[in-house]
Amino acid sequence: MSEQTTTPSLADPEARRRLMSEVDATPGSKKPDPILVVNNIVRQFGGMTAVNVDHLEVQRGIITALIGPNGAGKTTFFNLITGFDKATSAGKGAHWSFEGKVLDKTSASSVARSGMVRTFQLTKALSRMTVMDNMMLGAQDQAGENLLKSMFKPLWSRQEKAVEEKAMELLERFNLLEKRNDFAGSLSGGQRKLLEMARALMSDPTMIMLDEPMAGVNPALTQSLLGHIQSLRDEGMTVLFVEHDMHVVRHISDWVAVMAEGRLVAEGSADNVMSNPAVIDAYLGAHHDTDLGAEEVSEEALAEIIEEVAAMEAEQENEPEGGTPDADRGAEEKK
Amino acid sequence: MDTFINILEAMAREMVAPTTAAVAIAVIGLNVHFGFTGLLNMGQAGFMLLGAYGFAISIVRGVPLPVAVLIGFGAALVFALILGIPTLKLRGDYLAIVTISAAEIIRFMGRLSILTDFTGAAQGIPGSKYRDPFTNLSFFGDGSTDLGFLNYSNTGVNGWWVRFVAWALVAVCALLVYLLVRSPWGRLLRGIREDEDAIRSLGKNVFAIKMQALVIGGMLGALGGMVYVLPGSVQADALGRSMTFFCYTALLIGGAATVFGPILGSIIFYTARIFVKSVANAYVPDSIMSSQETEAFSYIVVGVILMLVVIFRPQGILGNKRELQFNV
Repeated sequence: MSEQTTTPSLADPEARRRLMSEVDATPGSKKPDPILVVNNIVRQFGGMTAVNVDHLEVQRGIITALIGPNGAGKTTFFNLITGFDKATSAGKGAHWSFEGKVLDKTSASSVARSGMVRTFQLTKALSRMTVMDNMMLGAQDQAGENLLKSMFKPLWSRQEKAVEEKAMELLERFNLLEKRNDFAGSLSGGQRKLLEMARALMSDPTMIMLDEPMAGVNPALTQSLLGHIQSLRDEGMTVLFVEHDMHVVRHISDWVAVMAEGRLVAEGSADNVMSNPAVIDAYLGAHHDTDLGAEEVSEEALAEIIEEVAAMEAEQENEPEGGTPDADRGAEEKK
Repeated sequence: MDTFINILEAMAREMVAPTTAAVAIAVIGLNVHFGFTGLLNMGQAGFMLLGAYGFAISIVRGVPLPVAVLIGFGAALVFALILGIPTLKLRGDYLAIVTISAAEIIRFMGRLSILTDFTGAAQGIPGSKYRDPFTNLSFFGDGSTDLGFLNYSNTGVNGWWVRFVAWALVAVCALLVYLLVRSPWGRLLRGIREDEDAIRSLGKNVFAIKMQALVIGGMLGALGGMVYVLPGSVQADALGRSMTFFCYTALLIGGAATVFGPILGSIIFYTARIFVKSVANAYVPDSIMSSQETEAFSYIVVGVILMLVVIFRPQGILGNKRELQFNV
């Protein structure tokens, strides 16, 4: 169960399925080799509790999806564990650790330095810098970023070259190489998502957290983004991502955690989770399959309504002033 | 025709004036703040005034020149830390509010009559009290030198020596900023200007970098202040709010986030003002505009130029339009 033996083999889908089939499909279940453990994290905005998660473990080396309806607290949860927001329960029992390292009080930048890098729901491309500069900012431990060394080029020029080569490789992989000298602001929305992901990878993270990586990306690009995410996993990286699109979640995630109203309501494999009543309730409301008006509408009333509708339709067809309705519609569409 | 040549000569004299160089240095510092890091420092004149006070008061009290310069820098360093610690974690606008008020506090403190022994209060500190250690350093000798129509004494109160030192310092500061901004550290500054949170998510200590930028720009401001008072005197009101706005005007005319923009902008700002003033003096009859009014008029024209620059050429003269749109 040690990471040395499990991590490399996780590129094999069968191995992942076997690994995760042993895990209980209950919220907050224990994982064989958790990379991230979150305990008792609460965030309140005034009287509203946005996040209230008792326990969550994220398994190393697989893709975990965090889903939930709008306002479930997914992004707030992301912000909390990456240090971009402060938990209301901080100092009152909130604990989370990454690779065994306690992160209760660390800043966003040291969370990133410890190997957990995130992207943002609203892409943060640095618009007025070139794609290449964007990439090179991602590299860690650059000597030239030290004020005293920065003035003397020989102290950092070699490292700079290495960083540049790495950036070129990543840009090539993400099909952005031709754009490297363009300003990031001139990229399309989808390309910015790619750039942000590539930039996050410049820091060689052990875990990457993607906040809605597919939002606003066209279907063709979604496919290639999914491919990239899967290949990251196959290289041994842990991926945690927030997503709305169920097809995407079903397609690539090895494990799914569901949040609703700030709480973790379900965990399990994608298929398992989507048939879970708690999840269906969270997305569709508890009474989604009961017709609230069913008993009041008698058959007679229904027949009346059908008659009325038919009469209205007939009336509309008998009024061909100024051309047929179809022609009108066509003209309108052209406008 | 003669008047026109006189105007051109006046402009050239203003161009090489040590005060123009001093403001250029302060603008180079402001460029580190605003142009590269996106820190909206509205109190650059406060840094200048602190540098000038630190320098002049130390010398009046008998401190040797190099130590006095260091004290001037130290004052700016402390001021930057005091301003930065509470505000750099907040949104950019707060820094603007805090810096403009802090600069005003410095100015009013300088004018306090209770501090007359130190700052000379509203009278200021006359240059004769602190200038000598600097002029004694001159290796230009006595007498005067003509360079075309530019005729100044070699050392003197306001001669070639102070001009030489001032412009040499401008060159050194420009070189320093060039070396800094081409480095990965400079790349970080621009990254912070674009989006702090993105930089934070990449594991960089944004607060420390912003503080470094604030300190460096502030120290350049202090150096500018020290040079500014060398040929004249330390007057709190000469380094007030309007000086900050002159700095911004010069920066935006020349082009923010460029190395030479601040220098070019300062030269254009001062020569253009002299041009407007002299032309108005020479060709507009006194009955319409007295010479006092032409002074004010020249500032109005400069203000209009600033508006036109920001509207029609937001990147300034040297800026890259694609990189620095003022409205982003």
